[in-house]
Amino acid sequence: MLLSGYDPVFYSRILTSLTLGFHIIFATIGVGVPLMIALAEWIGIKRDDPHYLLLARRWARGFVITVAVGVVTGTAIGLQLSLLWPSFMRVAGQSIALPLFMETFAFFFEAIFLGIYLYTWDRFKNRMVHFWLLIPVVIGSSGSAFFITIVNAFMNAPVGVTVEGGKIVDISPFGAMLSPAMPTKVTHVLVTAYLTCAFILAAIAAWSLLKGRNHVYYKKALKLTMVSAFVFIIASAMIGDLSGKYLAKYQPEKLAAIEWHFETTAQAPLIFGGILTEDNEIKYGLKIPFALSILAHGNPNAVVIGLNDIPEDEHPPLWIHYLFDSKMAFVAIMTLIAAVFMILLWRNRNKAYTSKWMLRSIIVAAPLAVLTIEHGWIFSEVGRQPWILRGIMRTSEGATVSTHVDTMLILFALLYIVLAITVVRVLIRMFRSNTAEAEMADRLIPGGEDK
Amino acid sequence: MSYEVLGITVLWTFLFGYLIIASIDFGAGFFSFYSSITGKRHLIHNIIERYLSPVWEVTNVFLVFFFVGIVGFFPDTAYYFGTALLIPGSIAIILLAIRGAYYAFNSYGTRSKPAYMFLYGASGLLIPASLSTVLTISEGGYIEVDSSGKVTFLFEKLFASSYSWTVVLLAIVSVLYISAMFLTYYAARAKDVNAFEVVRKYALAWSAPTILSSLLVFFAISSHNPEHFQRMLDLAWMFVASFICFLVAVYLVWTKKRLGLSFVFVMLQFGFAFYGYGAGHLPYILYPYLTIYDNFTSEPMAIGLISVFVLGLMLLIPSLYLLMRLFLFDANYVQGKRENH
Repeated sequence: MLLSGYDPVFYSRILTSLTLGFHIIFATIGVGVPLMIALAEWIGIKRDDPHYLLLARRWARGFVITVAVGVVTGTAIGLQLSLLWPSFMRVAGQSIALPLFMETFAFFFEAIFLGIYLYTWDRFKNRMVHFWLLIPVVIGSSGSAFFITIVNAFMNAPVGVTVEGGKIVDISPFGAMLSPAMPTKVTHVLVTAYLTCAFILAAIAAWSLLKGRNHVYYKKALKLTMVSAFVFIIASAMIGDLSGKYLAKYQPEKLAAIEWHFETTAQAPLIFGGILTEDNEIKYGLKIPFALSILAHGNPNAVVIGLNDIPEDEHPPLWIHYLFDSKMAFVAIMTLIAAVFMILLWRNRNKAYTSKWMLRSIIVAAPLAVLTIEHGWIFSEVGRQPWILRGIMRTSEGATVSTHVDTMLILFALLYIVLAITVVRVLIRMFRSNTAEAEMADRLIPGGEDK
Repeated sequence: MSYEVLGITVLWTFLFGYLIIASIDFGAGFFSFYSSITGKRHLIHNIIERYLSPVWEVTNVFLVFFFVGIVGFFPDTAYYFGTALLIPGSIAIILLAIRGAYYAFNSYGTRSKPAYMFLYGASGLLIPASLSTVLTISEGGYIEVDSSGKVTFLFEKLFASSYSWTVVLLAIVSVLYISAMFLTYYAARAKDVNAFEVVRKYALAWSAPTILSSLLVFFAISSHNPEHFQRMLDLAWMFVASFICFLVAVYLVWTKKRLGLSFVFVMLQFGFAFYGYGAGHLPYILYPYLTIYDNFTSEPMAIGLISVFVLGLMLLIPSLYLLMRLFLFDANYVQGKRENH
């Protein structure tokens, strides 16, 4: 098919990236949206503002649909780990079973309370009781992201285990969770998930405003989501910087590959853009002096390890440079959009809700945020090649030897296409057939019909 | 009790939990679909939706729990079963994905669509069939391990084996039986006389096939894996107890008395049979290659997993209790007097 000859390692990698690439869209929504729902409901109760309460309610209704896809694709990747990477899971079962197990508990906790939350909107006299039901959902969803990222951090920087002759002999279950990659990875994953969801929900509000539906409900939605997005983007930029410093110290080969940094030097420049020729010459790149040293160590004179000091068979693929650069470009655009919105909100509030260009940019920010997540994960995962467990097990040693992985790849690709199409159709139909204005009129919310 | 036995008991219990609640779920999906072709949908639709909507996500977790747990306690299972199960495992994942997603699309979306109902109704019956292949494979004879440790799955052999087909039959029939027995209880609580009559008929209709296919599997094991069969005979009292529980459960439904108790007996019926089967299977996980003593996880990891498990249960049991109180035992909710979606 794609290659002459059947290579289970290759197909296993493609199938795993396909499943994960599809899952993380819904997983990100699953982590971030409950927090936004909680914010809206809390403001709604505190200010006794039915618009915010309706916002929470409508978000929650759409959220369930995406949760369903998140749950089923999450189950898929959970099982695929053992089906496609049996030798790896044999080792992982010894070393990182604990966070995997805890992730399931967090998921369990979330599943129970999400079911309760969705079906008890008007069941309690005290509205705060219903709000408190959402807290375990937020804790559960962020908790499962937390634990599963710990597993990934271990794969990047294994600790808490003693390796002898390629086999793990001594394990500290809790020690293995405290990988040096853990703090930056976990916080970056959480904050960027919140950020992405804030942008997605902002884009929905912006879309309605752009369509001329200028009810105050949409303005409240836009303000809440964009202010959150602004806060989260600053936080994720700061954590992103710490991630660079982590890489310099613990995974220098990944950083060097991202930046096409070959010679170990002090005052290392950062390369933006450009293309790499066959003999590793960089053409058309923009060189920013000292920037890599600053990024890596916070000091313009610091020494940054280059790829030439790393054995060639341990080099990650160099194309991740392109991924990293486009990711950073997306981040820059999103920061600009969020910042302009904040300035407008401060100087000329009305314009923030009516400027066509502002609203259009916000709509663009949502897919950019999702793309940034995808780019970030791909460069992070490909950047640790050739290792599946850095320094312990190579990816090629972890894969299944089964035949038929190629057939499974086709089946799953079809499944994801069908799911993607249906989920979008169901969501659109859901909100078209029951607009916010109609629902406000139904629920006798003041201003339901006002224009 | 050694850590190994403790570990497998915990996992087996989760699998049992999954068996019961997934059966209710899968069967209900099928009945819901079946009733719509036979024109009885309006009679039973409401009670099924009211039960399933808040709990479907929880069902899935029991399965995830089991397979994450087994890799944690017995890392070698990932290697043997992972390699062998690529095809049946992938099919099961795809069916689970279709079912879960289309269930949500159908019940939370704006209107119910026949195509969506068909997808989740039909996939619900195929999932138990595909998952049951794991149990079949664990009996041995369907995978080959060469001297270098390479695992080959003998797909044709599984497909041609009468034993594997009896297991599939039992899986499908029990799903329908367990589900109908539960819905009978739930309809009675909902005081929904029409629904009650429909699901009660389903329950009684599926009771005889369930016990017949159980017997079939029992005897199929005797020729497929005599060693396991012998150990099951040593535990014969458990299977007798299971049969008695079956008689009590069906009697109660027949006479329309104490339906809650009747479902408890259904759980006991399957509990005795399931634990009897499992205990007879020990110490093997995968006959004859893998026992629970081969490459058990390290002691600190076992202690870590068990501690987390106990802490987790302290969190889960009150939460599950709350879920059941709000949706299973709240008379107003069950009778449809609260619809707060």
